[in-house]
Amino acid sequence: MSTATEHGLTDGGYIKVAIILAIITALEVSTYYVDFGPFFMPSLMIMMVAKFIIVVSYFMHLKFDSKLFSFMFYAGLVLALGCYFAALATFQFFS
Amino acid sequence: MADTAVHEAHDAGHGAHVTSTGLSNNKLAMWLFLGSECLLFGGLISTYMLYRGRVANGPHPNQIYDIPFTSVSSFVLLMSSLTMVLAVSAAQRRNDQQTNLWLLVTALLGSTFVGGQVYEFTAFYREGLGFTTSLFSSSFYTLTGFHGVHVTVGVIMLLVTRSIIQKKRVTGDKAESVEIVGLYWHFVDVVWIIIFTLVYLIPA
Repeated sequence: MSTATEHGLTDGGYIKVAIILAIITALEVSTYYVDFGPFFMPSLMIMMVAKFIIVVSYFMHLKFDSKLFSFMFYAGLVLALGCYFAALATFQFFS
Repeated sequence: MADTAVHEAHDAGHGAHVTSTGLSNNKLAMWLFLGSECLLFGGLISTYMLYRGRVANGPHPNQIYDIPFTSVSSFVLLMSSLTMVLAVSAAQRRNDQQTNLWLLVTALLGSTFVGGQVYEFTAFYREGLGFTTSLFSSSFYTLTGFHGVHVTVGVIMLLVTRSIIQKKRVTGDKAESVEIVGLYWHFVDVVWIIIFTLVYLIPA
């Protein structure tokens, strides 16, 4: 059974996406209680980015919508990331 | 030619306008606004990251954060994104009853999140973390406070949209109106996904 429609996913498809997001959130919270050692930071970052992309792609329909909408949003995001990474580097945040 | 006429008639039926891009100007404007919001929250998050260790004589972040409580709040906000997308889906099916129901549930979940944030701020204040206690406290309250204001504005938008639909006063495409409010709501959720990880889960 297909979970995609002209406008995005079906209601069942959205519920499946929400379950995936809930599982990732549970894994994120587990890092607070379980010692992940050197994988702590990378795993949290990967899970955060995964959740971000899933919400933006499926709930906000960027995956199904015009590329111009994606450009509008990601242009702002990339500009913000570049600007603030540079600012943080200037304040020696990463050293 | 005939196809164009059919499309225009279809758009007119939805109350949409023909644009030079073929896309909705309202939706384009919302995406542009959300892109600019990335810069606002980027600045607030960066400031917090810089100052989170500057606690002066006040409490340290790890001493006051209540991770189980914030995890539940995060889950509530995440689920509100699901109910929001279900509202958009119902609006696209032109099912006003379900649209109104899911908009109300989303607003209630959003209000629960804001209530949780007010409780959290009150608890932190009682533990000695005022707005001017330290650079950490100022940047923390500014970042999470700004996010809370965004959620509150989102709740108001949801309730107003629901009221307009109930009174049958939507002038344009109803599904698009709900979708645009939904975009704002999901963005607020996306910002919290980042705040939850960078502010709460990564120790200072």
